[in-house]
Formats: sequence, structure tokens, C-alpha cells
Amino acid sequence: MKYSQTEHPKGRTEVKNTTCYMCACRCGIRVILRDGEVRYIEGNPDHPLNKGVICAKGSSGIMKQYSPARLTQPLRRKPGADRGDGEFEPISWDEAFSMMEQRLRQIRETDPKKFALFTGRDQMQALTGLFAKQFGTPNYAAHGGFCSVNMAAGMIYTIGGSFWEFGGPDLDRSKLFVMIGTAEDHHSNPLKMALSKFKRNGGKFISINPVRTGYSAIADEWVPIKPGTDGALLLALINEIIKQGLYDREFLIQYSNSAQLVNMDEASSEFGMFVRTEVPEEEGCFDPQNKLWWDRKSGQPVVTHTEGADPRLIGEFRLDDGTPVKPSFQLLMERVKEYTPEWAEGITGIPAETIRRLAYEMGVTARDQKIELPIAWTDVWGKDHESITGSPVAFHAMRGLAAHSNGFHSIRALSILMSLLGTIDRPGGFRHKAPFPRPIPPCAKSPKGPDDVQPNTPLNGMPLGWPADPDDLFVDDQGEPVRIDKAFSWEYPLSVHGLMHNVITNAHRGDPYPIDTLLIFMANMAWNSSMNTVEVREMLNDKNEDGEYKIPFLIVCDAFQSEMTAFADLVLPDTTYLERHDVMSMLDRPISEYDGPVDSVRIPVVPPTGECKPFQEVLIEIGSRLGLPAFATPEGKRKYRDYPDFIVNYETEPGSGIGFLAGWRGKGGEKFMKGEPNPNQWKMYEQNNCVFHYELPKSYQYMRNWNQGYLEWAQKHRLTRYAEPILIHIYSEVLQQFRLAAQGKTQGKQPPERLRKRIETYFDPLPFYFEPLEVQLSDKQKYPLSAITQRPMAMYHSWDSQNAWLRQIHAHNYLYMSPDLGEKEGFGDGDWVWVESQWGKVRCMCRFSEAVEPGTVWTWNAIGKSAGAWNLDQCANESKKGFLLNHLISEELPAHSDGEHLSNSDPVTGQAGWYDVRVRVYKADADEDKVVYPQFKAVAPVPGEVSRRPNWMTYFAGKFAKGGSR
Amino acid sequence: MTQLALVIDLNVCVGCHACVTSCKEWNTSGMAGYMADDNPYDADPTGTFFNRVQTFEVGEYPCSETVHFPKSCLHCEDPPCVPVCPTGASYKREEDGIVLVDYDKCIGCKYCSWACPYGAREFDEHQKVMKKCTLCVDRIYDENIPEAERKPACVRACPTSARLYGDVHDPNSEVSIAIREAGGYQLMPEWGTNPANHYLPRRKTKIRIHEDELVRSDNPLKKETDRPVGPIDEPTLDDVTSW
Amino acid sequence: MHPAFSVIFLTTLIGAGQGLFLALYTSESYAAVKLLPVQSGAFYAWGSAISVVLLALGLITSFFHLGHPERAWRTATKWRTSWLSREVIVLPAVLGAIAVYGAIHALGWNLTIVGIDTGVSNDLTLIVGAGGVLLTFTLFLCTGMIYACIKFLQEWSTWLTPVNYLLLGTASGFALATVYASLFAPELVYFLGGWAIIILLAAFVTRSASLIRNARLKPKSSLQTAIGVRHQTMTQRSQGQMGGSYNTREYFHGAPMWVFRSIKWVFLVLVFPLPLILLSVGINEASFTVLSAAFVIQYLGLLAERWFFFAQANHPQNIYYQTIS
Ligand SMILES: Nc1nc2c(c(=O)[nH]1)N[C@H]1C(S)=C(S)[C@@H](COP(=O)(O)OP(=O)(O)OC[C@H]3O[C@@H](n4cnc5c(=O)[nH]c(N)nc54)[C@H](O)[C@@H]3O)O[C@H]1N2
Ligand SMILES: Nc1nc2c(c(=O)[nH]1)N[C@H]1C(S)=C(S)[C@@H](COP(=O)(O)OP(=O)(O)OC[C@H]3O[C@@H](n4cnc5c(=O)[nH]c(N)nc54)[C@H](O)[C@@H]3O)O[C@H]1N2
Ligand code: SF4
Ligand code: SF4
Ligand code: SF4
Ligand code: SF4
Ligand code: SF4
Ligand SMILES: [Mo]
Repeated sequence: MKYSQTEHPKGRTEVKNTTCYMCACRCGIRVILRDGEVRYIEGNPDHPLNKGVICAKGSSGIMKQYSPARLTQPLRRKPGADRGDGEFEPISWDEAFSMMEQRLRQIRETDPKKFALFTGRDQMQALTGLFAKQFGTPNYAAHGGFCSVNMAAGMIYTIGGSFWEFGGPDLDRSKLFVMIGTAEDHHSNPLKMALSKFKRNGGKFISINPVRTGYSAIADEWVPIKPGTDGALLLALINEIIKQGLYDREFLIQYSNSAQLVNMDEASSEFGMFVRTEVPEEEGCFDPQNKLWWDRKSGQPVVTHTEGADPRLIGEFRLDDGTPVKPSFQLLMERVKEYTPEWAEGITGIPAETIRRLAYEMGVTARDQKIELPIAWTDVWGKDHESITGSPVAFHAMRGLAAHSNGFHSIRALSILMSLLGTIDRPGGFRHKAPFPRPIPPCAKSPKGPDDVQPNTPLNGMPLGWPADPDDLFVDDQGEPVRIDKAFSWEYPLSVHGLMHNVITNAHRGDPYPIDTLLIFMANMAWNSSMNTVEVREMLNDKNEDGEYKIPFLIVCDAFQSEMTAFADLVLPDTTYLERHDVMSMLDRPISEYDGPVDSVRIPVVPPTGECKPFQEVLIEIGSRLGLPAFATPEGKRKYRDYPDFIVNYETEPGSGIGFLAGWRGKGGEKFMKGEPNPNQWKMYEQNNCVFHYELPKSYQYMRNWNQGYLEWAQKHRLTRYAEPILIHIYSEVLQQFRLAAQGKTQGKQPPERLRKRIETYFDPLPFYFEPLEVQLSDKQKYPLSAITQRPMAMYHSWDSQNAWLRQIHAHNYLYMSPDLGEKEGFGDGDWVWVESQWGKVRCMCRFSEAVEPGTVWTWNAIGKSAGAWNLDQCANESKKGFLLNHLISEELPAHSDGEHLSNSDPVTGQAGWYDVRVRVYKADADEDKVVYPQFKAVAPVPGEVSRRPNWMTYFAGKFAKGGSR
Repeated sequence: MTQLALVIDLNVCVGCHACVTSCKEWNTSGMAGYMADDNPYDADPTGTFFNRVQTFEVGEYPCSETVHFPKSCLHCEDPPCVPVCPTGASYKREEDGIVLVDYDKCIGCKYCSWACPYGAREFDEHQKVMKKCTLCVDRIYDENIPEAERKPACVRACPTSARLYGDVHDPNSEVSIAIREAGGYQLMPEWGTNPANHYLPRRKTKIRIHEDELVRSDNPLKKETDRPVGPIDEPTLDDVTSW
Repeated sequence: MHPAFSVIFLTTLIGAGQGLFLALYTSESYAAVKLLPVQSGAFYAWGSAISVVLLALGLITSFFHLGHPERAWRTATKWRTSWLSREVIVLPAVLGAIAVYGAIHALGWNLTIVGIDTGVSNDLTLIVGAGGVLLTFTLFLCTGMIYACIKFLQEWSTWLTPVNYLLLGTASGFALATVYASLFAPELVYFLGGWAIIILLAAFVTRSASLIRNARLKPKSSLQTAIGVRHQTMTQRSQGQMGGSYNTREYFHGAPMWVFRSIKWVFLVLVFPLPLILLSVGINEASFTVLSAAFVIQYLGLLAERWFFFAQANHPQNIYYQTIS
């Protein structure tokens, strides 16, 4: 072979644009095909998100497309075979549809909540949520509850926006970047791009994390912290920043509720609420501006934002009627008083000196390196500003904060710290992504009681919503849950993303009631997205005395033969991302940029494999067959030909002009955000790199919580209903209302007795530090270590082990730990060890590392696999040497004073407490098997899969050559 | 004379492996392909890769660093792998300094790989020839590719742009400037191979706070307390003396 | 390095072949100046045949080392730079020279066939043989230099490498010649066996020297120079792939440490003292059996020696491949 400049492998070459889905980051890609086979997938340079770059997973899309683990036919569990054995027979789609239609029709006619639809790390919540609502079942949620709902709730309830996928750090202009508990987040490529630019611009990057992996590798400073203790650190930082006077007073006064006066009359039913001047007739979904400040010039209370007033942040006052009041900032100051750096040192393991220095670095950088952009804007109070100002201190945080049962309050503390530094939606700090900011809390509400669930009727409300007070809870008259996952109940009132991690356990126990059909889409609930995996697998296979399964019917839609599909009664083979239409809608997790809204689509680049059918088409077909109003006319006729047709023509309400896609709306594609359906919408997306990006005018790009121009624009384009300011909730009245209810001081819904104390404790209007619940209930002498996981950059959850290239990078995993531990326990690097929690134990191999806090052990997430799954050989490293930490983690807390079956979750949000588990590690006996424990019965390939894998292969697009087979 | 090369900035490399799989993907169906995979779905999967990312831990807790280290052929200016090749299959191009293997001449004796101190060559057990990074020679000169994209696959993929590409002999190129200004270095200089690829070291940013910066004129706490005003009606010196 | 069996057999077989030829030629030269009894042409012819067979076997096994033996002809093209190429050219030349040498003996030719009468009956073989000897030495040099020229394989990169190839090959060839002589020319046994012992002793000195040298070697490359980070404590966390790669297969011998260490003693015993004793005993008794045992044991020892030679070489690339995770 010569490397001449012109010689090329022959073949017909085509280039097609679409959007990657090797992870949830949603980069724009170009797929180059040769003779119809994928030759190369590269980043699309014209895409606003990734600007041409691509990651390890994205570049391995070929091996996903041609994986031998792909499902290619609908499958029915063989009569007589047990769930989990993975024994199936192929059926036709007709059969599959009629099975589902029959079953679901019957459920919908009788008790729609007996149908539960839960989805994993998908990007289809707009459609799946719509389907559930239309069906009439409240039992719907996606991965959010076990993923990072603390992040969403903690920040959205505080600043109206959040990290995760709703906002992020402005590293372009930042000088100091503090990343807390993040390994490899959703904004995967963009964050990497931004980080390198930031570092090259001379910014300082601090990572606070028990482990130095992922992005932290290139941090200028690594601050190791004990897991679950960030709340203490953040509160100490707040303390120090206030003490040193390093906070942004002007910002807090104008843009937060810091100066608003709180009623301090303990006897009053309004105790802890803001004092209001008058109560307006109807409060909408916004903060009415009827609160008071204490004006330091006049020494009098005035209505907030009174022209010329300068309120006090600190002090204690009495209103004319004698009511004692304090600005909420004063309460914050009192709260953090005892949270000194010395106190935090004892909890976090970070020297007090370091904590002080961090506070100074943040505070001094924020104060002394002010950014001023020559952009004029007008605030909602009508005041014109000559410029946009900001402070170059940016934060980012993810599951290291979120996945602890004290995460909600830690994240509130972080939001408050960011606000004290004046960095909310300002250059150099945190920036929102459309459609954020939202009102606090956002307007969507779930149904409020059992009567909202009726046969043959769409649900009255969204399956998931944002409670603003106890009356928004979804409970029955006894205050007990209506949803199968107990979301929006007194157990986890602000569980705005549901609690998917408890669905199987609850349904198995029939608590609060048994269900009939569970439809799982794109979630591996028999493996890595369940806690307590060993038992969950048994529950899935458990039967009543009458021989009927406790969960009678299980449908799984997946693209691969996963651990979960083995348990299905009916398997629906999905297409891959290269084979289907998809939309990345702003109604789901947005992919917007800081400068304006973005959404995007996927357009098939290769035909579906075998009989694979996009799940979207399945939902539309079933919806049409069942006559759900969104999908069928009142006469029962199908409304939409297929999913692309649905996307173009569906409007949230007839004539609303709002649909799943915001770009190229209106008859000729001349409108955006809102506008009548455009029959050529797909074409227009296709011509524009599959992405729509609207760049807001500069003056609308910042301070959006209070930016008149932006808020009016958002209102006009129907992003929001109200153009009212979104004040930062330093002090959370929402939480206080729940506390008042628990104290029996309110008229509305009341918690059941057993939960009163829990609600009163955890619904504190100001952040506080407490040990994660599971840690409180663990024997820390016996289990001295924390065990956590990390995302590896080159693998997505469990779904890449079938990928021949990626699995060479991570074929199995080790338990990483400080060498001290081995020394103490008498084992060496690479030895087999047992890691044991109060819930179970796992045998695995260890690796010593200097990059981990000595009280912590960790491993890569979801590398270990069950034997035979993913059509891997039974001897594959993944099942023999790879292990899953989930076996050690419980989905429920041990029975304690607050109850028996409480989820192992944050008491406020129901966020799964993945990283709270405590373990011990000890040497495995020399004569023990050198394989991972536990092992599961191996499954065989299913019909339609390649049953003989090549023992070597070569991929050369245009003539996919397989090597010898065994 | 031109010497094309990669310059890898360890200061920003996050170890994401994008360069690893994008290289595999480009090259397996390209001029240097295929790149076989053995046991792709069995125990101990292994395959041909032209580029690998390794990870090192430097220092001891808590002062430890995690250094990700990508490595492909360094296109040495004095490549020991070339003169040893008995067939001339291994050669260094005059025009741009790229070190290549001509698969049609290679007899698969592996001798060149022994002669590479960096372990940058990979023998393909199925095609029975020696393979290695080609610096994407079938991309960088391909006139069917838009000029801005005529760069190695790994360079285009890299999310942190840790991989710079250009002519290290042109003193004004981006790579030469980076080597000069950021202290670029070569691997195993002791063997005189003079690798064309260079690495840029970690650089630390620190913030130094002077204690004066903490005594602030703009301390907002000042606004929260009234300036102490003495009471008018209590005794003062004025009441007891006159001067 | 991972010892390749093709290369182990190649080098030991051609070493013995070359040594045998050198032994034959030496005895012929001594005979020419009347220091030794003259042997029949058949003796040299058959001896050369054995030598040719050994060299040819070596050549054949070397093909097993090649991915594309059908392109082997190409290897002759880079003799200007490549010792391997040179070896590939010289090996057939040696083979040819010895074959011609043997053939002339078989045919009983001398310079009279071109009309020159030197009065020496084997003048032609002496001249052709001298060329053969030159080529043989060149071949030893090439073989040795293939290894010695790789600077960073520090265990190999020494003048001792070609010297050891020369001495070990010659010693084994002389031993073989002694066996051969014990059957067909007993009067040469003392001479050949004596030289076999002397060369073996010399080889012992140089091989021990290289072992001692290698034991004292300080690797020039370290993790510090390999990745360019100057810090005292560093470890590899991950080599970037888990199921192994060409780099983990080709450059590690893969044997447990105790095997590696014991092979050294095995070869030291099998190559030097045992053959020495057996040769001494065998010479005195002119015993074919004892002498054959000496040669066979030594040859086995040389296989072990060659294995060790490869296994002991620490390729600096291994610094990059230390930890799986
Ligand atoms: N111990 C521990 N456990 C964890 C976590 C942790 O940090 N530690 N993280 C948690 C978090 S945040 C999350 S989000 C969950 C993720 O957990 P899951 O959502 O369960 O994620 P996966 O297992 O990767 O993927 C789910 C399924 O999607 C399938 N799939 C892939 N592509 C397609 C497709 O195109 N169509 C269809 N229909 N299916 C497809 C895969 O085959 C796989 O079976 O894991 C949770 N589990
Ligand atoms: N390549 C890849 N990318 C992914 C995914 C993937 O599977 N692979 N998954 C996607 C999904 S669904 C999600 S939710 C995101 C999650 O993105 P991340 O939140 O970055 O994911 P995790 O790996 O869970 O990272 C948690 C980090 O928090 C640290 N940590 C744990 N406990 C504590 C603590 O108490 N305090 C502090 N400060 N740190 C702590 C851990 O050491 C770890 O580094 O990633 C997304 N991106
Ligand atoms: S970050 Fe995610 S979406 Fe982007 S290229 Fe990688 S896998 Fe694809
Ligand atoms: S792609 Fe870039 S950041 Fe990622 S490992 Fe390679 S060089 Fe490092
Ligand atoms: S890195 Fe190795 S293969 Fe590449 S030119 Fe240098 S010596 Fe040759
Ligand atoms: S393996 Fe091929 S390229 Fe390498 S030395 Fe042998 S012939 Fe030359
Ligand atoms: S330059 Fe090309 S061949 Fe070399 S490592 Fe990069 S992508 Fe691979
Ligand atoms: Mo997640």
C-alpha cells in the first residue's frame, strides 16, 4: 500500500449530519458512509455544542451500530422459562402490539395507575411524559430521581436554574473555577473545551472531590474531601465570606430575598414567613413583590425595591404592630455562625487554613476582578443599567453533591455561596440555559389526589411537577402516597423527578398497591440503575402463591441484550441512534447555550437493522390504538402517520403554536419558539446541521432572572407565562411552609404523624449540615470507609460493554483505595479483596492509588456485567473480573424512628443516596476463587442476535470483514 | 525541510481517550487499515491501536497529580526504527518527515518495533505487517477534505485541543511557538532519537492573596452598623473645665 | 523481550554450522602446514554438508519469524543500513561458500583445474575456505550486531554481544566437529576437542562478563525520562488497555521470576561445565557417545542461553506498560 495523495479506497461516499447519542451530551456529528456502511463519525464543526470535537464514545459509534448484542426482533419470554433466564422466542410486531393493546386497554379502562412507565437515561421525556399523562397513569418518571434531582431541586428552588443540563459555569470569562463532585458530566465535550480554554487563559481550577479522576486531573489544586460532607465545607465558606465582608451586598439586596423581613413571632402561624404588605387577590406562579425591607436611611420598613431605599441585611427590628422581624440575611448569618472552618475541618478532613484560603480566594477574586461589559440593559423594576457586571468566580457541581441524602441542603448552600459572590447569570459566573431561569418553583404541578386518576381519562396534571407548598403534594386523605414510587408524598415531598429506584421494590411489595404492567424503556433496572441489585433481580422473578408474578407483566424496550431484557415478558427491539428520528426538545433536558435556546434532531443515516422499530413509533402506535386524545381523533382515528409527522404537527394545545421543536416553525419556517406547524421542519433542520440555535440580543443574555427585556421576550415567545422577577431564595419560604405544616400550624395538608418530625427537621428554610441518613444509621466502627463510583470518560453507564473498541479500554474494574488500607489489612496492590457493607458483599480486585482520600474507596461505574449479558462470552472480563458496586447499596434505609420502608434517599427530594454507603475491605483467602462475587446464572444469546461471535474481526467500511470464528 | 508532528499539551489533556478511538475509527477503514480486534467479545479483548492514553500518578497523597499521557509514534527525526528495517518498508518521508510503513514491502519481521524505544509500533497479527501512526497521511493531504479539516483525526477529535499539529521546523508555526513558550520537551532524550512530537508540561496557576486585600474599604458590613454617635446628654470634659 | 523460538533456533543452528565449518577449515589449514594428519576429501565434504544443513535449517526456521516470507527477497535491499539485511545477504553467502568448499573437496579439485600448480593438493579449498571463513566471521558479526546495534537494549548493546555469538557458536561447532571426528577422524579428536574446550573457556569468560555487566547495568531510561515528568514518586495507574496488546506480548518474556532466574543457571551449567567435563572425558576415550552427549547438552544449553539472552533484555518501552486498570 502506498501513501499517495490521491489514491483512495473505492466506494460510494456520502456524508450525513445527525446528533450523537453515545451519551446524553448530544453533540452534532457527521456520519461518513462508504457503500452504505459507516466509515467514519466525526464531530460537526458547525454545531454550536461541540464545534467539531468528538469523544471516545462518539468515535466508537460504529461498534455500537454493528454490535452482536443488538436486539433485532420482538421477543416473548418462552412459556415455562423463568424471568432472568433470558429464554425467548421471536414474535411479530403485530403480535407484540396486540398483546400490549389488549393489556393496556384493560388497565386503562379499570385503573390506569396499574400501568407504570419508567425510563432511563433517555432523551424522550417530553414524549414519554405525554404518553403517561394521556394514558392517565401517574406512575411515570425517568432517571432523574436516582440521578441528580438534588441538583435540579436544590438550585432551581434557590436560583431558578441549575447545573446538570440547565445551566453552567461561564469559563470564558472566569478566573477562578471551583468544581465540586464532578467526574464526567453530561456537558461532556463542551465542558472539556471550556476547561482547556480556561486553563490556557491562566484561570485557576480547583477541584473538590474525594477522588482525583476525570476533569480533576488537570485541576491546579485538588482539595480531597470526605464524601457526604460538602455541606459543612460550603457553610463554613459562607461563614468566612460573610465574616470577612466579601459578599456582594448590592447584588443580594437587589436580586435575592436577603433583605426581606421574616416574621420572627414564634406564636404566629406566619412564623418564619416573609411579612407581606398586602395579599394580592390571585398569586400566580411567581413571587409577588409584596415583601418588606428595613430601610436604613429612614429606619422604617418599606416595600422591597422602593426607589432610593437602602435596606438593612443585618439586624433585628419590630414592625409597627409589634411583630419582631429579621432580614433573612441576618438569619443566614446566625445559621452559619457555628459553622466555622475549624468545625468543618473535623467533618470534611480539609484543614481550616485551606478552607479560609479558599474563601479568601473566592471572595477577593470576585470583589477585585470585577467584569464590566459595555452592554446596556433594563431590569424589571425599570431601572436602566449602562453595563453588565459580573465576578469571575464560577462553580460547577454534580453528583458528588447530589447523590447524597443530605445533598439538597448542600446544594442550597452552594447556590447561596454563589449568590453571595454575586455570580448568578452574570459574566464569569453561573449562566442559565433557555428555557431557564424558571419561576421558583416552576409552574408545572402534579395531580393532587387519588381522584385525579380516573379510568379512560388523561391525568389531571403533569405526572411530574414542582410543589410550591404542601397542598401541591400528591397524597390521599391520610397523607399517604398515590404514586407507586411515593413521589410527592410526605416521605419525599419535593421529589420532582420521581423515585425510579424504588419502583420495583414497591411494586413487588404491593406498597402502596400492586401494579399490573411495568414498561421500562432504556433503563437497565436489573443491573446498574437499581440499588440492591441482587434482591431486585429476585423481586422481578418473584411470584405470588397463585403462581402469578408479583409484577405480572414486564415490557422492556431496549436496543441491546442487557441484564434487564433477560427479565422481560416482552422485549421490544429499538433502533440505534443512527437509525431513527429523534428530537432533543426544550421540553426535555435543554441543550441550549448560554446565549440562547438550542434544540436539535436526529435524522436516520442508515436503515433500521432487522425488525428494529423506534420506541417513538411504538408509543404513537399504542397511543393511537388506545385512542389517547393526543394521538387519536375522538372518532378513534389515528392522528399522526408516524413520529416525524407527530413532531411536525403536534401542538401542546390546538393552535398553541408550541411543539416539541422550536426551530423553523410557521408555515414557511419563518417563526421560531412558537408558530404553526411547518411541513418542511425536518428538512430545514437537516439543512441546518440538525440544530436550531437562536442567539438572544446581547442585552438579554445576562441577569435573566431580573432582565425586563429577556423576561418579556420569554413571555412573548411562550417560554414563561409571567414576566415577573425571579428573586434568589436565600431563605426558602417554600421549605418553611412544609415545616409549618409539620408543626401543625397550617390549615392545608398535614403529614402523617410518623413523618412530622422528619419534615420539621429537614424542611429547614436555611441550609444546614447533617450526616447522610444512611451514615447516621451505620456502624461506623465496623464500616469505616465510604464507597463511591466515578464515570469513566470512555464508557456510558452499562451500555458500552458490547462495544468492541470501548471495552478494550475498560474491560473490568478494580476497587481503588489508599495504599495505607492495604498495609493495615495485609493485602497488596492487585490482590483479591472483599468489600462489604451492611447490605452485602462483593469480591473484587484492588488497586492502590495516591489520588483518593484515605477514608474512601471507589470504582468505575457499571463496568462489571452479569455473565452472558450484552452477548459477551461467559468468560469475558466484565463478568469474571468486573464488579458492580450496586450490590452493596440499599434502596431502603434500615427501619428507624421515621419509618420502616423509607427510601435510601434525600428526605426532601427523594434523590437516591448512592454515595452514602459505608463499607469495610479485607483480604480474600488465598484459596478462594479468583473471580468476582456474586456471580449470576449466565444467559445465552437471544434469537436474532449473532450467536457466534468472531474470535477476531476487522472492520473496513464498505466491506465489513469478519475474521476467523471459533 | 518540513517536519510534521504532534505537540501534546499535558496541561489540558483530561485523558478522555477521544484520540484513541477516533484514530482507530479513521484508520481502520483508511489507507492504514484495517486495524484488527482479537477476542472482541470474549475474555481479554485486544486489538491494534495507533494511539493509547495512559495514566500516571505523580507524588503522594494529598499532593498527588493524575497525569494522562497520550502516546503514538513520535515521528523521530533520527528514527532508530527506520535504518534497521531490512526491506525499506519502514521509511521516513523526505518531504514532511512522517515515518511510515509500506505494507506491500513489509515482511513482518518485527525488527523495527524492537528498535523503537517508545513502543509505538504495533504488529498486525492478521495482515502480518507492522503498523503505526501515519500522522493521518491520508487525511492531511486529501484534497477532497476541506482545507481546515485536513488534520489528523485525533487532533480534530480532541475536546481539549491538547493535540496541536504542525511543522516543528517552521519557527513560526503554532507548534513551534508552543514548544518554545510552554517548555515543550521530547521523550527519552537519552537515546538521541530526536522525536518530532513534543509534550508540553503541566503548568500551575496559583492565586496569592495579600493580607491587605482582606482589609477592605468596600467591606459591606460597615453599612450594617450605625457609626457610633456618643450620647448628647452624658457628662463631658466641657462640663468641668474651661481653658 | 519475548524470546521468539524461531530466532533462538536460527541463531543456535547457524552458530553451530558456522563453528563446524571453522573447525573443519582450521584442521585443514593445520594439516596443510603438516601440523595435523591430512584427511580425506570426503571427511571435509561430509562435514561441510552437515554445516550446510545446519545453516539451511536455521534459514528455514527464520522464515517462521516472518509475517510475509514470500517477500523475504526484499530483505536484501537495505544492506547499507540494516544489520538484519546484511545478515540475510551474508547467510546465503556463507552457506554457498561452505557448500562450494565441500563440493570442491568432494570433487577433489584444486587449482590445477585452472592450470595453476601450487604443489599443495588442497590449495583451492584452502583459498575458497578462507573466503568462507571471512564470510563466516562476517555472519557472526552481523548476527551479533542485529542485537548489539539497538542502543537502548542496554543488555545487548555491547561488543560482548557479537563476541559471544562468535565464541558460543564456534565452541558449539567445534564440539560438533569433535563428535564428527570421533567417528571419521579419531586423530583429530584431541585437536578439535582441545580447541572446543579452549573456545568454550573463552566464551565462558566473555559470556560471564556480559552477565556481570548486565547485572550492573543502570537503565538509562526511567519513568521520569519516559514521560518527562521530574518527580521522585510516580506510578502508572493505567496502561490504556486491559486485555493486553502487542506491546505487552512482544516485550515481556512472560515467565515467572523464578523460571527466569533458574534458566540462567540452567544454561550456565549446560553450556559450560557439563560439556567441559564431557568433552575432557570424551576426548580421552575418543567416545562418540560421551562427545555427542557433550554437544547435545551444550546445544540444549545454548537454546536456554538464547532464551535468556532475549528474556533478559529490558526494553525501555516496558516502562510504559506496567499497570492494568
Ligand atoms: N453505583 C452506581 N449506580 C448508578 C450510578 C452511580 O453513580 N453509581 N449512577 C446512576 C445514574 S446517574 C444513572 S442516570 C443510571 C443510568 O442507568 P441506566 O439508565 O439504566 O443506564 P444504562 O444502563 O447505560 O442504559 C440503559 C439501557 O439503555 C439501553 N440503550 C442504549 N441505547 C439505546 C437506544 O437507543 N434505545 C433503547 N431503547 N435502549 C438503548 C442500553 O442497552 C441499556 O440497557 O445509573 C445509576 N446507577
Ligand atoms: N462518559 C460518561 N459520561 C457520562 C455518564 C457516563 O456514564 N459516562 N453518565 C452521565 C450521567 S447519567 C450523569 S448523571 C452524569 C454524572 O456526572 P458526574 O456527577 O460527574 O458523575 P459521577 O461519576 O457520579 O461523579 C461524581 C463525582 O463526585 C465525587 N464525589 C462523590 N461523593 C462526593 C462528595 O461527597 N463530595 C464531593 N465533593 N465529591 C464527591 C466522585 O468522586 C466523582 O468524582 O454523567 C453523565 N456523563
Ligand atoms: S460527548 Fe456524548 S454526545 Fe458528544 S460525542 Fe461524546 S458520546 Fe457523543
Ligand atoms: S483526546 Fe485530547 S484530552 Fe482526550 S486523551 Fe486525547 S489528548 Fe487527552
Ligand atoms: S517513535 Fe518509534 S516508531 Fe516512531 S519514529 Fe520514533 S522510533 Fe520510529
Ligand atoms: S516488520 Fe516490516 S517494517 Fe518492520 S523491520 Fe520488518 S520489514 Fe521493516
Ligand atoms: S495522527 Fe492519525 S494515525 Fe496518528 S495517532 Fe493521530 S489519528 Fe492516529
Ligand atoms: Mo444520571
